[in-house]
Amino acid sequence: MREGRITRVSGFVVVAEGIPFPMMNEVVLVGEAGLIGEINKISGSKVSIQVYEETTGLKCGDKVVALGRLLSAELGPGVLSQVYDGLQRPLSEIAELAGSFVRAGVKSKRLDHEKKWHFVPVKEPPSKVYGGEIIGRVMENELIEHRILIPPNVKGSLVSLVNEGDYTVVDTIAKVKATTGEEIEVRMAHEWPVKVPRPFVEKLNPDEPLITGIRVIDFMFPIVKGGTSAMPGPFGSGKTVTLQQISKQTDADVVIYVGCGERGNEMADLLEKYKTLTDFRSGRPLVERSVIIANTSNMPVAARESSIFLGVTIAEYFRDMGYNVALIADSTSRWAEALRELSSRMEELPGEEGFPAYLASRLQGFYSRAGKVKTLSGKIGSLAIMGAVSPPGGDFSEPVTQKTIQTVKVFWGLDPDLAYKRHFPAINWLQSYSLYVENVSVWWELNVSERWRILRENLLSVLKEEDELMQIVRLIGSGALSERERAILEIARVIREVLLKQNALDINEAYSDPKKTLAIAEVIDYYREQLLEAVSNNVSLEKILSLNLGREIEKLKTLPLDKCLEESFKLKEKIVVEVSTLPSLVKA
Amino acid sequence: MTQSMRYKSISSINGPLIVVSNVQGVKLNELVEIEVGEETKIGQVIELQGNVAIIQVLQGTAGISVGQSYVRFTGDTLKIPVSEEVIGRTLNGLGKAIDGGPEVVGEKFDVNGAPINPVMRLPPKDFIQTGISVIDGLMSVIRGQKLPIFSGYGLPHNLIVSQIVRQAKLLRKQESFAVVFSALGISNEEADFFRVELERANILDRTVFILNLQSDSTIERIVAPRVALTVAEYLAFEKDYHVLVITSDMSNYCEALREVSLARNEIPGRRGYPGYMYSDLATIYERAGIVSGKKGSITQIPVLSMPDDDITHPIPDLTGYITEGQIVLSRSLHLSGIYPPVNVLASLSRLMKDGIGKGYTREDHFEIYARLFSAYAEGLRNKELSSILGEETLTLEERQYVKFAEAFEKKFINQGVDEERSIDETLDLGLEVLSILK
Ligand SMILES: Nc1ncnc2c1ncn2[C@@H]1O[C@H](COP(=O)(O)OP(=O)(O)O)[C@@H](O)[C@H]1O
Ligand SMILES: [Mg+2]
Repeated sequence: MREGRITRVSGFVVVAEGIPFPMMNEVVLVGEAGLIGEINKISGSKVSIQVYEETTGLKCGDKVVALGRLLSAELGPGVLSQVYDGLQRPLSEIAELAGSFVRAGVKSKRLDHEKKWHFVPVKEPPSKVYGGEIIGRVMENELIEHRILIPPNVKGSLVSLVNEGDYTVVDTIAKVKATTGEEIEVRMAHEWPVKVPRPFVEKLNPDEPLITGIRVIDFMFPIVKGGTSAMPGPFGSGKTVTLQQISKQTDADVVIYVGCGERGNEMADLLEKYKTLTDFRSGRPLVERSVIIANTSNMPVAARESSIFLGVTIAEYFRDMGYNVALIADSTSRWAEALRELSSRMEELPGEEGFPAYLASRLQGFYSRAGKVKTLSGKIGSLAIMGAVSPPGGDFSEPVTQKTIQTVKVFWGLDPDLAYKRHFPAINWLQSYSLYVENVSVWWELNVSERWRILRENLLSVLKEEDELMQIVRLIGSGALSERERAILEIARVIREVLLKQNALDINEAYSDPKKTLAIAEVIDYYREQLLEAVSNNVSLEKILSLNLGREIEKLKTLPLDKCLEESFKLKEKIVVEVSTLPSLVKA
Repeated sequence: MTQSMRYKSISSINGPLIVVSNVQGVKLNELVEIEVGEETKIGQVIELQGNVAIIQVLQGTAGISVGQSYVRFTGDTLKIPVSEEVIGRTLNGLGKAIDGGPEVVGEKFDVNGAPINPVMRLPPKDFIQTGISVIDGLMSVIRGQKLPIFSGYGLPHNLIVSQIVRQAKLLRKQESFAVVFSALGISNEEADFFRVELERANILDRTVFILNLQSDSTIERIVAPRVALTVAEYLAFEKDYHVLVITSDMSNYCEALREVSLARNEIPGRRGYPGYMYSDLATIYERAGIVSGKKGSITQIPVLSMPDDDITHPIPDLTGYITEGQIVLSRSLHLSGIYPPVNVLASLSRLMKDGIGKGYTREDHFEIYARLFSAYAEGLRNKELSSILGEETLTLEERQYVKFAEAFEKKFINQGVDEERSIDETLDLGLEVLSILK
């Protein structure tokens, strides 16, 4: 056994000496309780270790045992529906072992090794197999078919494969003779080091939107399957509500939710919702397609790092089966802060605001694991990553926000002023952007309407004009505005109140199908045209406003899809009829 | 019994920290006792380097001398005895009785507690009535929630806190309710004020008072909120109480944290506060909650001051990132004589929707809340416009909203320090002021 002794303890960082040939990122067991740690720095005979569990009680002289492997996830049937801590220990099992509170040193299996799964082979020996190839399947639950992969680092000829039947994740189901002549036993579960991206054949251009059901996202600032986005905002601006809403409503096949250094009650609430709410597409409980990784703010700080990597590794694993996967991390700032604390306890030179110089490359490393790919098995899979960012004081110029924005393709900037006004989602439409607009145009054309691009541009330009006009109003009052400009303010109001504002807590409003979203946008754009034309024909704006058409459009928000499409047609007619019958004023 | 080791090898003293050399077998976070003449001070091991231990002394380092004072390592973490007898008592920040009564005896618990396993949490539900309209009606306190008060220097948070301590109640009487009130770094006059208030309201039989005076060691403040929560956890999770923990002022806690960090020569974070303050505060605030299989609950109302009324200052900022909403006090309302001067738009109870309405408060609660909030927001907006552009630019309807906002502040928000309004009275009052808009 390779062992060393602790020579220093500072918070969650421990220095040990005497471990023969230590490996970077190697897992170690620290102290009498065997706390899990990872080697983070090696200088001569000294290693720095970040400990993933509470370090109270550690002493200098305690032993440290190196395990000769990297920090890994165990991937196989049974991973879905789990709530894990940052080390992939099922929290429900920790509760069975340790009660209501999390204690250090609890040992538990990552996957259930006793449970039998019904395995159906899809390959016949003898034949060639390569890493990542699908050799069988297990219906993990009513919803998800878990495709059993040859581990990515194994290839050769398939010597044997079990018949259809019930097996545990550790039973040998296949034997592969490697080119080296070595015979490798393949099980349904395999290990993969969390900090090493899983391989694929090639990255593909993402061209399909990841539907969230949130209009300001799907319509204005879309994300794609395989894309990356960040949502920075001060506390209370709606990061968690919005990201959780996405996790419930998205059309991804599998959702991994990483609660990283945030509230315990939010995790409890999310878990309850996943159990009780059903995915309306499949009619199955959301929990069947989800994995939650919960490392709350009061749990060990170092495990924030491992929870992010664990989440993305599980996500890649499902991507490799050919699924569209969404990974949500709330909040990436807490992970960055853990990096900062680690770095400062290891006495590294601090960079901007105390963050280590490698902050940017770590963030890039994380987000670059997103993408639409051709998997090793030849299927198409995707992984989209969406991260909350929690800037201190809501100041977006701080390092984590800046470096994240430079990395991701979609920026959903949350605005505290909107949140104060209870305009949710508080995504600022002037500041936010998506670099995927081009990518998803064809999808909108083929699946919803060829008018999406033009509608989006029309409505965005009204919002921009509103902003300019409001600056004038703030200076000299609304008296200075022309009828046309007042009309623009009215249209902008309707865009904000009807299209952009969307109550996540109201079940009739929370999900907006892309077709419904487009129908609403179409009506508003029609209202825009009619209003501007009438005003240019000297029809009194006051008269038009007294028709209360804005309020009529607002009613579309809570209608189900069919009804909304139907009503939106009628409403367009009503708009043209009512506006065109108003008399035109002859100028004095 | 754990064996203990005694050393005379203090090698340096720096602010609240002492360094002891040539030690062996010392554990991280271990409790130490330092003999200074007749007196025994206590401290905690916060770092170990080879045979050197760095200790944070909880009661001031005055009188400790290099090479003279004895340091005893107890082999155990800081624990306090707790039993139901603690109700009605006054303790110091280290959990010792200071009311002249007998010592508290009972089972000993580690003051640091342990994180609640997220899967064992039950989402907070149900309502705690404070008797204060603006809070109960618009930012309700929910059992198991942590909802801080963001105050500022000179604002009447002590009055509000005392009013909440006196009036707080559950609507279902058969459940046991207790308040753990800890005052951190307050003056003698403030301590007397709170004592008198507690006695006057005759609620000592449900209150635990934890008192850390300005003159007490600042570092003791690092432990005091944890003592309060250890008492609360015992009452909630062993004895089925619904416990409301009120801690004032958490800013003093954060100052103590900063002092230790500076003495350790750590790289300071924003405004000199340590980079780990978020995680540290979370180990306090996250002790609120409800645990599956236990009848009680812990609700926290921490109070803190925003230096310069700046909500982006690290203390309110990091707190707001952890807590489930915030009650923000407003200087301008205070100056216009409104008590309690709560800034409604900036305040928020994130869990409110889960603990009000039918079965908890009243069926129309949410609707009244939504109408009051949006009408008040509208009123304030119009008021601002009229102050920039002149009242004559407002339409009649807009002026009505301005009138509403004024009435709302004077009748609904404004309330006597001894005036207790039931939730029914609060909601009826809300409807009454809304009728201005008809
Ligand atoms: N889309 C939404 N619809 C309705 N209310 C929302 C929405 N987003 C946020 N909120 C409100 O704002 C509060 C804070 O949102 P939250 O997501 O917790 O903020 P953050 O995570 O940014 O601190 C919520 O408790 C809720 O009251
Ligand atoms: Mg949040």
